[in-house]
Parts: sequence; structure tokens; C-alpha cells
Amino acid sequence: MSLLSLSNVTMRFGGLIAVNDLTLKVEPGQLYGLIGPNGAGKTTVFNVITGVYKPTGGQISLDGESLGGKRTGRITRHGVARTFQNIRLFADMTVVENVQVAFHCRQAAHVGAAVFRTKTHKNEEARVDRESRELLKIFHLDHLAGDKARNLPYGSQRRLEIARAMATSPRLLLLDEPAAGMNPQEANELMDLIRWIRDKFGMAVLLVEHNMKVVMGICETVHVLDYGSTIAIGPPADIQRNPKVIEAYLGGA
Amino acid sequence: MRRFAIAAGVVAGLWIVNGLLTGTLISGVSISPYFVQVLCLAGINIILAVSLNLINGFTGQFSIGHAGFMAIGAYTSAYITLTFGDRIRGALTFLPETGRASVLLLIGLAVGALLAACAGFLVGVPSLRLRGDYLAIVTLGFGEIIRVFILNIDAVGGARGLSGIPKLANFFWIYLFAAITILVVSRLVRSSFGRTLIAIREDEIAAEAMGVDTTKSKVISFVVSSALAGVAGGLFAHYLMYIHTNSFTFLKSIEIIIMIVIGGLGSITGSVLGAVLYIGLTEGLREFAQYRMVLFSFLLVVLMIVRPQGLLGHREFLQFLPRRWRLGADAPTGGG
Repeated sequence: MSLLSLSNVTMRFGGLIAVNDLTLKVEPGQLYGLIGPNGAGKTTVFNVITGVYKPTGGQISLDGESLGGKRTGRITRHGVARTFQNIRLFADMTVVENVQVAFHCRQAAHVGAAVFRTKTHKNEEARVDRESRELLKIFHLDHLAGDKARNLPYGSQRRLEIARAMATSPRLLLLDEPAAGMNPQEANELMDLIRWIRDKFGMAVLLVEHNMKVVMGICETVHVLDYGSTIAIGPPADIQRNPKVIEAYLGGA
Repeated sequence: MRRFAIAAGVVAGLWIVNGLLTGTLISGVSISPYFVQVLCLAGINIILAVSLNLINGFTGQFSIGHAGFMAIGAYTSAYITLTFGDRIRGALTFLPETGRASVLLLIGLAVGALLAACAGFLVGVPSLRLRGDYLAIVTLGFGEIIRVFILNIDAVGGARGLSGIPKLANFFWIYLFAAITILVVSRLVRSSFGRTLIAIREDEIAAEAMGVDTTKSKVISFVVSSALAGVAGGLFAHYLMYIHTNSFTFLKSIEIIIMIVIGGLGSITGSVLGAVLYIGLTEGLREFAQYRMVLFSFLLVVLMIVRPQGLLGHREFLQFLPRRWRLGADAPTGGG
């Protein structure tokens, strides 16, 4: 059974059909690329999956369980984590605190325990702190743990967003243009990182990206959207030769 | 054991200072009752400011109805001690008078805090889905509803106000609860739960996307804050012995907001400083008579131009000290 399955999902904003009858299946552990020209509806797909928008039609399920009508927070606790196209870190919190917030949803934390500083509470806090720092190490951010997130260079902010999403222990990770604004070397490192975390943690990755080198380099399946509709699905090599895709990107002859 | 030693030390210290202030400890040492009263009102304001800071400063939700929750605490606890006071005292004949008064006050404060918390929950659940200006208007309206509602209950004096409340609160109780408030709020914001509050302040959409149940976190912070405001109200009633709904208008809510803005939103020590400064300035400027509020407002304007983030900003007082002085100080608090 597929990990994530969207069947005939439609998202309408008034007269505009942002996503039209989309059917998409992501298998466990798969690296799945979602591409398309500007305004094709890629980020809308993310927002529909994470419950930011309620789809006007169709079904979305994770591991067979319907996500329809659930709030964003619940969907995250179900195992879907995301990053944002325009970085949304907790700017005034430190790097390590950013990650710790994301750990909260896997914690059995009681407000009363926090007020009385019980032993369980202390141990729990120590555990979260340790695991957060380990996670930061993986993303080469450990030396910045005490810095405010807003003071990080752009590339590090992008990595911190991924680290933060990983802290919710997702089964499916949605990355919205992770390579945006990165130089070629940073983009290469990012590719290695995405592959590496997929292999290590075994979750599926759904990637929206404009950097074709990244998409074609790491995705096993590429899904092309244009004006909200699917125009092609297949391995990267086929997509690159697909005449409909070339037309959508470069315009018809 | 260390915890209990510290707690016992604080209680003993407060008791001694209380004795000195009231002149019961050493006879002959007299401190002006005016000064003692200003000090006590400052303590009540500390409770109000620190508790409101949990919502406005740490969670980033702009609430301007804090006086309403204070009113609920004040009227409820006063009603309890006035109506059931004799019966409760009667049941406690085995205790000395101080003990009976203390138990009575604690019962009153507890019921007041509980009712204020319920009100906080009632207003919190529907309105915390609102953001920014909308939430501010709802809390403002709710605060006024509480006030007008109380104004029309004859059992608590209505427009005459409620008088004859026993003087059960004093410096000791007020500062004990101020210390408890500071402890509760600082522990909350430094916990896993507190980080979710600060995350909501920083970016609510991202917080939700990271699995935070934003509504739940906001409601809890609202309930805790309201309960503490209720305690402040109860102490206020049992210190001044007379309450009137005019003390709980939205101007009182604005006063509390000014205190936390002066001190720095998101700083607990800042709220304490703001509360003390507010009282200090309004009292200290009395010699300028009719120009008092003009000067006070002018100082506020200057402060906001020079230091818009408040005196301490998002930081705690300890973080301004050189590192080596910070004996056992915690890591920077959330939002730090």
C-alpha cells in the first residue's frame, strides 16, 4: 500500500482551479519530485496535504488513514512534516530551541510537571535537549546551536528548517524548494543530505523544486504539473524527453 | 531538600520584612503606612503584569481584558470570606487567629482563582482562534461584560461596591503570591510547553506545521494567566477591604499592559521592573499635582522612542550581568 495517496484531489479558489483532479502515490522510502512551471499548483498541493487548505474534492490518505478535515498539527503528529518555500523559522528563538519545539509533539509533557519540575520532566527535557543536539550535528548546525535563528546565513536556515521538520519523526517529508537561493555547491551538498537522511531514517520525501539538477539528480519518480493538472509522471530520464513537459516549460512550437 | 530550604527561607524572609513593615516585630520602628500600601499595591501589580506577560509577551496574543479576570477573583474571594467567613472560622477553632485568617484567605483566593480560570477558559476557547486586533477587541469586550455583569449583581453590592471585607492580605501574602507567580510563569516558559508558546508568538503557521496544538497551548496559557489574575484580585480585595467595579475598568487592563511594555514583553524580570516603576512613577510624580499624568505620559513616550522593546526587551535581568556573576543561572530563556 502507498504511504501517501491522493486520489482525484481538486482545489478550487472561486473560479480558479489550482489543483485539478490530481492523483498521486508516494511509496514508503521513495524520493518523489513534483515540478511544474510557476503557478502550476505545487505549493497548493503541499498546503492541501498538510491541511492548510481543505480540498474541494477528492481523498487524501496516509498509510490508508484519511487525512481529510484534520488540522495541520494533527496531520504532523500523524507523520507528515514540511518545510516552507519562504523560510518560516522561529526567528527569535535559538537554533536548538527551534528543533526542540518540533520534538514537543512526540513528548508526553504535562504542564503540571513543568511547574513542579518533577523528575520525569527533568529527564524528558534532558533527553529532548540531547536528541536535538544530535540532530543538529547531522545537519552540521551544532556549532550554531545557541545562535538566534534569524542570524543564520541563508543556506543554514534552509538546513535548519529540514532539521526541525525531521524532529517531528515524519514518515513523509515535504520539502518546498529546499535548494532555492543556494549556490551550486550548497545544492550538491543538499542532494547528498536528502539522500542520506532518506537512507538513514527511511522516510519518503516529496520534493517541490525548480532546480532541475537537484530534481533529476535525486528523485526516483518525477511528477509534472501544469495549470493544476498532471501532464507526466515517470523516471527523470523519461520526463526530460517528454514533449508535453518541454512544451509546458518552453512554450509550444 | 534544597528546594524546601529555599522555600522556607523565602517564607521566613517575607514574614520578617512583614513584621518590620507593620512594626509588630520591633516596636518603635515605624514605617509610613503610605509607603507600605504603595509597596503592597506594587506587589499586586507584579502578579498582574507577570501573568499577563504569559499571554501578551510569551504567547504573543494581545489580550486587553486582564482587569476582568482580576475582578472575578476579587469579587469571588470577597464574597466567600464575607458569606462563609464565620462558618469557616468556626470550624477552625483549634487554630490560632492568624491560622484561621490564613486558611480563610487561602480558601477565598483558591475559589477566586478557580472561577477566574473558568472564565479564562470560556473566553479562551472561542476567541483564541482569532488573531491580533480581533482577539484584542474580544478580550476588551469580555472584560467589560464581566464588569457590567458584576455591577448589576446586588449580592455583591452592585453600584455601591462591596465593603467590610476583612483585612486578611498583607505584605507577606502579597509578596508570597508574587513569588509563586514568578516561579510558575518562569518554569512554564522554560519548559517544553513554554517553547510551544514562544513558537506560536514567532510564527503560528510554522508552529502548527511542527505538530504544536496551537489552540490547546493558547488556551492553557490563557487559563493559567487568568487564574493568577484572579489571585491578584483576591489579594487586592482583602488588602483594601473595599472593592468597586470602577477599579476594574479597561483602563486597569491598559495599565497592566503599560507595565509589561515598559519592562519588555517576553521578559519576566522586565514585568516586575515595569510594575514597580509604574507605581513608583505615578506615586513619585504626585508632587507635580495636576501635571502628574502629563509628565508620566511624556516619560512613556520618551521611553518608547528611546527603547521601543521595553527596558529589558526579550531578555531577563540576569542576562545583562557578566557571565561569571550568573551563579547557576539557567540557559537563556525561550525567546531570550
